[in-house]
Amino acid sequence: MELLFNLFSDYTLRIVTLGSTLLGITSGAIGCYAVLRKQSLIGDAVSHAALPGIGLSFLLIGSKNTEWLLLGAFIAGWIATLVILNIDRLSRIKYDNALAMILSVFFGFGLVILTYIQKIPNSNQAGLEKFLFGQASTLLQRDVMLMGIVALITLVPMIFLWKEFKLLSFDTIFADTIGFSTKKLDLILTTLIVISIIVGLQTVGVILMSSMLIAPAVAARQWTNRLFIMVMLSSFFGAAAGICGTLISSSIDNMPTGPIIVVVITLIALLSLLFAPNRGLIWKRIRDNKTKKEINSTIILSILYTLSEKHTKTYHSYDLSALMLKKDNIKYSKKKLLKELNKLKMSGLVDKHEKNLWAISEKGMKKISVLDYTNGGQSYYD
Amino acid sequence: MDNISVKVHDLTVAYNKKPVLWDIDLEIPSGILMAVVGPNGAGKTTLIKAMLNLIKPLTGRALFWGEPYENNRKRIGYVPQRGSVDWDFPTSVLDVVTMGTYGKLGWFKRPGKKEKERAVEALNKVDMVSYANRQISQLSGGQQQRVFLARALVQDADLYFMDEPFQGVDAKTEKAIVKLLEELKKMGKTVLVVHHDLQTVTEYFDWVTLLNTVLIDYGPIHEVFTEENLKKTYRSTIDSFYKNNGKVI
Amino acid sequence: MGVRVIMINPQIEIQLIAIIVSVACVIPGVFLILRRMSMMSDAISHTILLGIVLAFFATHDLTSPLLIVGAALMGTLTVYLVEVMHNTKLISEDSSIGLIFPFLFSIGVILISIYAGNVHLDTDAVLLGEIAFAPFNRFVVRGKDIGPKALYVMGSILLLNIIYLFLFYKELKLTTFDEKLAAVLGFSPIFIHYSLMSMVSITAVGAFDSVGSILVIAFMAGPSASAYLITDDLKRMILLSIVIGILSAISGYWLSVLFDVSIAGSMAGMVGLIFFIVFIFVPDRGLLSIIKRRKKQKYKFANISFLMHIMNHENTDMEKSESSIDTIHNHLQWDRKFLNEILSLSIENKYIFVNENGIIKVTKEGKKFAGTNYCELVKRI
Repeated sequence: MELLFNLFSDYTLRIVTLGSTLLGITSGAIGCYAVLRKQSLIGDAVSHAALPGIGLSFLLIGSKNTEWLLLGAFIAGWIATLVILNIDRLSRIKYDNALAMILSVFFGFGLVILTYIQKIPNSNQAGLEKFLFGQASTLLQRDVMLMGIVALITLVPMIFLWKEFKLLSFDTIFADTIGFSTKKLDLILTTLIVISIIVGLQTVGVILMSSMLIAPAVAARQWTNRLFIMVMLSSFFGAAAGICGTLISSSIDNMPTGPIIVVVITLIALLSLLFAPNRGLIWKRIRDNKTKKEINSTIILSILYTLSEKHTKTYHSYDLSALMLKKDNIKYSKKKLLKELNKLKMSGLVDKHEKNLWAISEKGMKKISVLDYTNGGQSYYD
Repeated sequence: MDNISVKVHDLTVAYNKKPVLWDIDLEIPSGILMAVVGPNGAGKTTLIKAMLNLIKPLTGRALFWGEPYENNRKRIGYVPQRGSVDWDFPTSVLDVVTMGTYGKLGWFKRPGKKEKERAVEALNKVDMVSYANRQISQLSGGQQQRVFLARALVQDADLYFMDEPFQGVDAKTEKAIVKLLEELKKMGKTVLVVHHDLQTVTEYFDWVTLLNTVLIDYGPIHEVFTEENLKKTYRSTIDSFYKNNGKVI
Repeated sequence: MGVRVIMINPQIEIQLIAIIVSVACVIPGVFLILRRMSMMSDAISHTILLGIVLAFFATHDLTSPLLIVGAALMGTLTVYLVEVMHNTKLISEDSSIGLIFPFLFSIGVILISIYAGNVHLDTDAVLLGEIAFAPFNRFVVRGKDIGPKALYVMGSILLLNIIYLFLFYKELKLTTFDEKLAAVLGFSPIFIHYSLMSMVSITAVGAFDSVGSILVIAFMAGPSASAYLITDDLKRMILLSIVIGILSAISGYWLSVLFDVSIAGSMAGMVGLIFFIVFIFVPDRGLLSIIKRRKKQKYKFANISFLMHIMNHENTDMEKSESSIDTIHNHLQWDRKFLNEILSLSIENKYIFVNENGIIKVTKEGKKFAGTNYCELVKRI
């Protein structure tokens, strides 16, 4: 309650929260494409590579205005992305190797520039380091306004190029054949990704920024099979994490905002992986168990069925030990088998004639004949 | 000129040091079903990709109805290999098929009711209407292939390129594809199919191109699909097989 | 002047430490890039922060060797968690990496912030490192100064890496290039995977407080990438990577002295610079030779097919239209400029001549050139 009260009364907190929310929305939305195109870690490379851009921009322009610093970050991040993509395209060096190398090399170069700036007399450089880990609490109103504008710049093309981006992400080759220049689309999308990363630098910093792209998208993917809903949900998760993270960190002394936001968004992703219906792990486990049970009972039925086929009397009953001879198919103990048989009896699929004498029932026969094994299990798909 | 759909002239493609396609000259008449046959690494997929401008050839080019590919995009449909996309992508069967209309829609325009209807129609042709709203990861391999075929049908092209549509599909899908090929032929369309199974070539197709980096031969099946030509096509593979003491590399 | 004389010693020590760190990082780095797991070094070198923090909470001693153990364990745990996530088949491997490592790193930073008063752990230092301070942290045995501590720590880790390489070279090679074959032959790919990742963790931990995690990543991913462009031979690749690693360490150090800037940053920069020089200029796989080769190939192939075209129509009824100097462009459908280049190239090489009727004829040399090259091409198929 106090937190919410603070949110309404505390001006700075309101500004910071707004900033984190904007960040969550943009990175959540655009992150979906990074994740779906298997370029999740591009965020990590771009954010690290932004450092020399920030330093050079300060060195060349001499201004600590956020706009200039972020412009430098944007250019550096963009160059790094192009370099990575071209190393991957033009040589035998793989994408991930290029990522790791470029992010460390660019970052190292950034350190060189920052230390160089430090040595320049009277160049009050303090504050450039805030981009390393982000300092949400230093966000000003004009910073947040800039973030809002940049968020719009990112989101508007996403709306207009919705169909094109979807096509690009799903089937690049096909997109090319029907006349959409994938080179251009790729360039636009990459630029949008770089922009959305730069937006987050002030809030969460270069090291943690990649998680703002990946985690909301990973979380959203688990809840839906539609791209549109995924993008919406991802933005929502990103925004929610931004708000929660800011509020939590504001209520504890000396608590950095970036890491808290990252922990919150990662928890959302982990919970989604566990609990989301259909895709979630728990859901899957339940379904697997159910299928396993079904398969096992079918196996028991089919054993009784094949036995009865050999016998002149169709519904002839068999001793439990006769069933146990089919060891290859049943991995049950005698006790477990008895339990399963009783369950089948309850559903009327088998009959118990005497103590330990079992036979397939008419209903069981029907069920077995309906199942089609000729399709090699394909029927489970349909 | 219109009875020739595609004219490939002097097409050479090279990756690194090796030519993958060497000096291919090919004329594909309209209204035929043509199989492209050759051993692994013979450049079958590369041939299609080079014709469709997806790969830049070293020399030569393909002309469609006497014009470059860009001028005739809308008359050409393409079915890529099934494995070339991520089937866990969050989208539905209907959505994928609708992508076939994007080419005619052009930039920025969204598919509307008309496009969706055409997609459903195409799904009907491959017997997949009941799957329209399924997520694509829930499909079997054969069903995925049929979705790709439906997407190509929606393109409503005159000339189709299909890259290994029979690869790893079930019997039902294989039948459906064959039926579809026959229908396309009846409608006067031209279809070029990369094909692996030598046993079914004569059954499914009426023309064949035998390829192994160089063009061995092409033409009507009864003229070209001879033992001698096949030996030529697969010879180098057999040779290198023995050269390596039977070790497959 | 006296100060200066004393300063020479730390300079040598810093370079020595840097060389040892670079070699120690390069050895597992080679296998990381061949296994397409370079980004694991990024993940591990960040998450060890949490390991150190947790180990500190257990020991309350910043100098305890248990900190290294804790950090190395955390590195391996990172690898394990990434694998667990990936094995759910719900997310791709790179997404799992990008999900796990910022998470663990964040927890580390948060814990440090909460107990800021009690821990003298600086997150900046983990990332950036300050090798310039490494010589100040001395290893003192019975009151005798026997050198900087980092030298001993990294020296042992390097030794460990070398021993590991020699013991498991065959297994590493096999599991890297053919995991299934290795498994069939009885080498456990899982054991090699986790032991290699443990080596990466231990190396990253040892290196991070002298050079920072950024340089660890640069050394693990950079020199071996350059070497991979130069050679195909694994042994040569390892040796070359070591040479390049040492080269970047030393040149980076002197550049940083020259400009008075971050040593680690300057070394990482040199790793990148060397890579780009190799990337552009290396024979065979370099950018320049690829471009040159493509151009040469284009002319050579075009020349052969040009000659073949004329030879095919030699002394036929069609020769007049197919091989006439005035009409040949209709048949080859090359643009005029390219055709002229090929023509003059062929005339220059005496492969062709134009007879009095304006028909192009292939000379003996031309036939030999086209014939042998064509045979070679077809044979190579």
